[in-house]
Amino acid sequence: MSRSNECIAMLLAGGQGSRLGILTKHIAKPAVPYGGKYRIIDFPLSNCVNSGIYTVGVLTQYQPLELNDYIGNGQPWDLDRENGGVHILSPYQQIEGTAWYKNTANAIYQNINFIDRYNPKYVAILSGDHIYKMDYSKMLAYHKQKNADCTIAMMEVPWEEAPRFGLMLVDEDNAITEFEEKPKNPRSNKASMGVYMFTWEKLRRYLLADEADPNSGNDFGHDLIPAMHAAGERMYAYPFDGYWKDVGTIDSLWEANLDLLDPKVDLDLTDTSWKIYSRSPACAPHYISAQATVQNSLIAEGCEIDGEVDFSVLFSNVVVEKGATVRDSILMPGTVVRAGAVVQYAIVAENAVIEADAVVGQRPEDMKNLDDWGVAVVGEQITVGKGAVVAPKAMIDVDVAPAQ
Amino acid sequence: MRTNNILGLIYSNAYDNAIPELTGLRTMGSVPFGGRYRMIDFVLSNMVNYGISKVGVATKANYQSLMDHLGSGKPWDLSRKNDGMFILPPFSLQGAGGIANRIEVLRGCMNFLSHSNEEYVIVSDCNAVCNVDLGAMFESHAASGADITVAYRYGMKPALDDLMSFDFDPSGRAQRISVGAPIGTKECFSLNIFLLRKALLERLIREAESLHYDDFERDIFQRNVHTLKINGFEVTGFVRVIGSLQEYFDANLDLLERENRRQLFTPERPVYTKVRDDMPTIYGLGSDVSNSLVADGCTIEGTVENSILFRGVHVGKGAVVRNSILMQGSMVGENARVCCVVSDKNVVLKPGKTLCGDRSYPIYIGKGIII
Repeated sequence: MSRSNECIAMLLAGGQGSRLGILTKHIAKPAVPYGGKYRIIDFPLSNCVNSGIYTVGVLTQYQPLELNDYIGNGQPWDLDRENGGVHILSPYQQIEGTAWYKNTANAIYQNINFIDRYNPKYVAILSGDHIYKMDYSKMLAYHKQKNADCTIAMMEVPWEEAPRFGLMLVDEDNAITEFEEKPKNPRSNKASMGVYMFTWEKLRRYLLADEADPNSGNDFGHDLIPAMHAAGERMYAYPFDGYWKDVGTIDSLWEANLDLLDPKVDLDLTDTSWKIYSRSPACAPHYISAQATVQNSLIAEGCEIDGEVDFSVLFSNVVVEKGATVRDSILMPGTVVRAGAVVQYAIVAENAVIEADAVVGQRPEDMKNLDDWGVAVVGEQITVGKGAVVAPKAMIDVDVAPAQ
Repeated sequence: MRTNNILGLIYSNAYDNAIPELTGLRTMGSVPFGGRYRMIDFVLSNMVNYGISKVGVATKANYQSLMDHLGSGKPWDLSRKNDGMFILPPFSLQGAGGIANRIEVLRGCMNFLSHSNEEYVIVSDCNAVCNVDLGAMFESHAASGADITVAYRYGMKPALDDLMSFDFDPSGRAQRISVGAPIGTKECFSLNIFLLRKALLERLIREAESLHYDDFERDIFQRNVHTLKINGFEVTGFVRVIGSLQEYFDANLDLLERENRRQLFTPERPVYTKVRDDMPTIYGLGSDVSNSLVADGCTIEGTVENSILFRGVHVGKGAVVRNSILMQGSMVGENARVCCVVSDKNVVLKPGKTLCGDRSYPIYIGKGIII
């Protein structure tokens, strides 16, 4: 038995993120690169550390290699600790047989022993899919103040987007009165952020009951939380009003990256009091040559820029050769854009090469039919041949032959 | 299990007096260089890239910034249960006080040396910016059967008073060692990276102690040129030895040449440094950057030309930065102009101010100064 922790976090990082298509072919969604040097999981992990939660279980299942490797011993997040720290929790064999994590609640259920080792009073259940900065210690204080059994972080979303979310109806004390899961005609615009704070003793009991129920889908949102609610447990919504984004689709991933270039967006990564930590590669500062033009962009270390870069996010070690143009795009680590090539409204994954004079993506204003427009995606290690054209909305996961 | 049998020993205060501006508050080892590095990063990375897993860092004075930078040695993978990095504070047999010379510093390391069981030791200063393949140096040492192998560079000697230069015979053995000011001709000058058996180093230190020798170059090298086989190992590629503020300024700006960066930052032998967790650099609307090396965490809204920007530098709207080296956290206010300036950490240039040096006379602005 380890020393007891008041609150530990369980981070659900097993999701495939299938709507991200080829970007998550070899990596789990939480490992998807974001913001020039981060991966999505850096946000919840850094939030934990900055909130004083130093024991974090990371539940992985889908393509865990890269994620496990990235998290390693947790040192970049200051989570390499004698007591607690970060632990990768993968599905394992038991006497009754081998079981994958069936769903979110089942994943936590299978790790009850891990949580019990730390004997916490509270457990935060987090998702590894979202970009946001949040002080969980304030949420915990709120949870205690309300004497709640379960507190769910909630934010107001625009009404027209509300049908995409799990919604909550609350009374004037923020006690949750009703849940609505992706309703056609929403009665509330208060969405659940997928951030839960539970009193462990209560959660433990409901996890056991949920597992014993053969009709349950073993999901937090669909099964466990409604069951708690039906039983009349004290459930509260914790209002949050900062930046929060689910980067579940190509468009939202593209947008969330470019949000960093918008001074009006409330996501400040320069704030030294709430740093977002990440595992950094060892590379030299980036170089902007005399022929280069760089405007309104985010550029990481190791890049060599000789071309034109406008309104884009460049990860480490990207090369943009002379005469090449990159605009409104996200270039992940190690991408090479050769001379004369144009990359616009696109996401180019790690170590892809865009050969000379190739064109990837198109500007919406140049489209005849806007319905055909979308962000173009080039998969990792892919080569787009000399002079080749990649249409908007395309997803390229095999090399593209050079133009004849 | 070790990949080799070599111990590293770095002298962090080497030639501190060559750039008094930058070393007033720190050691030579912790002088910032190249946008995100400190001088010691180069030699430390050379050592770990060759698989050396035990490194002592000998200090003499002002080593607080160095300790802050090195921490437990994690970025170099030297935070270990067995071996790793050891900071060796000054150790004086004569009691505290007084300026220790290099021999005294080495004597202070005797305990560290005698408690290590590696067969060889590489002793190095940290005022050379270079990416040396120490494996090749070791092979050359083994092949020549030399007692001491010294890494050297052929070219104009840097402006350092007691730097050695060598005349080698055709077999590569040093025949003559001269110490002193540069004479304006090309020479084989020492990079002060020495490879020798640990037992020999211990013997030389004990001998120097018993004979009251106090001059490392004259008493250990010159005196022994005929009794010891001292061989050279030529280091090619990008090498800059920092002997003055001017040389420091030029060496930084030399990194704007692509070929120089390619030689210094080879992917096979990366240069490691302390991680600061800054976000990538933000280029604002209206920024105009050309021929510059920029580290993470900067915000650029003005014009930057032919310059090196360290981490977290802020260049305001309408500001102009030319031919300058701005260290960590420098702020250049709106419409301010700097040219040929070396600004130390956290310097603030208020909006509208102008400060200009010359390529041949860069102006140094001290740490934290507000103009």
